[in-house]
Amino acid sequence: MGNLSIFAMQAFNGLSTFCVLLLMALGLAIIFGQMGVINMAHGEFLTIGAYTTYLLSQFSERFAPWLLNSYFLVAIVVAFLLAGALGLLVEHFMIRYLYKRPLDTLLATWGLSLIMQQVFRSVFGAREVSATLPNWLMGSVKPTANIDIPINGLLLIGLTVILTGIVFFGLLYTRLGVQVRATMQNRAMAGAAGINTNRVDRLTFAFGCGLAGIAGAAFTTIGSTGPTSGSLYIVDTFLVVVFGGAQSLLGTIASAFSIAQMQATTEFFMTGSMAKVLTLSAVILILMLRPQGLFALKVRS
Amino acid sequence: MFLVGCNQAKATSSTSTSGEAPKAASGSPASAMAITDKEVTVGQLHSATGTMAISETGSIEAERLAIDQINESGGILGHQIKITQEDGASDWPTFAEKAKKLLEQDHVACVFGCWTSASRKAVLPVFEKDNGLLYYPTFYEGLEQSKNVFYTGQEATQQILAGLDWLQKTKNAKTFFLIGSDYIWPRTSNKIARKHIENVLHGTVVGEEYYPLGHTQFGSLINKIKAQKPDAVYAIIVGGSNVSFYKQLKAAGVTAENQTLLTISVTEDELLGIGGENMVGFYAAMKYFQSLDNDNNKKFVAAFKAKYGPKSVIGDVTQAAYLGPWLWKAAVEKANSFEVDKVVAASPGIELTTAPEGYVKVHPNHHLWSKLRIGQAQLDGQYKVVYESGLIEPNPFPKGYQ
Repeated sequence: MGNLSIFAMQAFNGLSTFCVLLLMALGLAIIFGQMGVINMAHGEFLTIGAYTTYLLSQFSERFAPWLLNSYFLVAIVVAFLLAGALGLLVEHFMIRYLYKRPLDTLLATWGLSLIMQQVFRSVFGAREVSATLPNWLMGSVKPTANIDIPINGLLLIGLTVILTGIVFFGLLYTRLGVQVRATMQNRAMAGAAGINTNRVDRLTFAFGCGLAGIAGAAFTTIGSTGPTSGSLYIVDTFLVVVFGGAQSLLGTIASAFSIAQMQATTEFFMTGSMAKVLTLSAVILILMLRPQGLFALKVRS
Repeated sequence: MFLVGCNQAKATSSTSTSGEAPKAASGSPASAMAITDKEVTVGQLHSATGTMAISETGSIEAERLAIDQINESGGILGHQIKITQEDGASDWPTFAEKAKKLLEQDHVACVFGCWTSASRKAVLPVFEKDNGLLYYPTFYEGLEQSKNVFYTGQEATQQILAGLDWLQKTKNAKTFFLIGSDYIWPRTSNKIARKHIENVLHGTVVGEEYYPLGHTQFGSLINKIKAQKPDAVYAIIVGGSNVSFYKQLKAAGVTAENQTLLTISVTEDELLGIGGENMVGFYAAMKYFQSLDNDNNKKFVAAFKAKYGPKSVIGDVTQAAYLGPWLWKAAVEKANSFEVDKVVAASPGIELTTAPEGYVKVHPNHHLWSKLRIGQAQLDGQYKVVYESGLIEPNPFPKGYQ
């Protein structure tokens, strides 16, 4: 096999790692970045998306075989709605009492994540489950005889581009987006200008959770579905958001990209565990030099 | 998090070496045990909650099934078995604490429990101090032997050597790529595999890679496999990582059609999460598969499904856990006593011809003589047995492999 085809596949691998990181960090970037809420239960909202996909796959296998080829797309939408709805409830009953105590949100949401994990375990059983994925999703494209481009990787890339576009457009150009940014920059002033900041908080949190749900649904193509599946991603997710600069979406993108490329490259030249060590060390070093992350919003102090 | 997996041990040091089992400091005499005229109490100590519940649930179910069956057939020495169950909650100190409670407060006659090596290492000092008796079901890295523990799963050499021999013989494998999750069991096992490949089979290890537990992105590793094109991949990945690895392998076009792969860490339990379609054609080396075609196993599978539902699956460890109560029963009856010292003394040489895996025999080193099978993964999440070795002697301290 030519070195060139390995290089091509490795480049694609870096790209799809980038998309995985960005997809899972997008929701958190909004919740943590825009609202300052440290949501340790973010991974469990991912899990909700994964189980939604599993349930829909079971449903279509049993009752609607005609859905089997396309249920996955439905699952993405349903996962967004379910995770978002649960996000609304969580915001209403828990988070909104903690806005002034950001460190307490860490404890409270960590507790929430434990509760959610045990609920998954009690409802779906402790064993992992597997959604039957449509065949068109699981193969690879072969542009030449030696190169395999995974279709699920292409799907992740497409989904990430679309969602990032929506989030960007939404924040910059919609009325709600403007309200979100105003609330984030100066809550009191935004309130004085007639913005219902409580409503903005609620919707922002729910939207972030919904995005996690979508990521969870998408990750069933590359990962496991079990009570603790989401928690596999939580550390990397925070890493991406913090490294990028908490309040900057552009920073999140740049951070996901650099971490993914660093990891993919080092992984190829050394063992996986060493690559992880090197990546984390680099991140720590850069954060020591730039504590505010890669991109920081200039805020008046 | 580490769903599948086995054996996350924290220490490599052996607690006691062959032949010099520690002498119990304060043995609990049989009179202090929880035994009435009609009942004998045993303990069950697994994780029913937390990350390990995924793996240990099967063991809990199998041990209960065996105890129910023993009770139905009249119990042991006229005693019905009563179970006191404790939850180790996937937390190693909790395991030690609950072991202490079972032995010192409940005075159970023996304990069926633990799954990871880490939990076993945590309870070992308790069992040795209180002179308790533990039946441990998981295949593990070896390098341990205790007077107070019987290991009903395979130690590393039993699971590894015959499998590699098979790869060389039937697949003509000369180059091997070793993969594992980064903790003691895969590392110890791959070390044994490497020695065997290089010294006995005279093959080449073209790659040896470890990834952190819970790792989810295997693209780079898969590209390395593609670049090396080994005759065989030898995989010991555990937990959620397992699912990611096999799904991404398939998506990258690496299937049984163009790559031979042998794993020792994917039982039917894990295959449930991976999905048969993602592993079809790959091989696993275990002592037991649910599809084993013998009368013992047919009865066992039928009884298990009758009790826990038609969809339940039975993996290697679940079957090994099922052996525990039966081995204990045989030893107690041979010793004609529930006393730990007498039961331990009576154990070596005990044979079980009713074992679902066929036949096992207790070795003086407290491990079992057993066979190794190679199974090929099928679309429906089961394995088809394609090879069966002869009985293999357990050798927890293999010379030349450390």
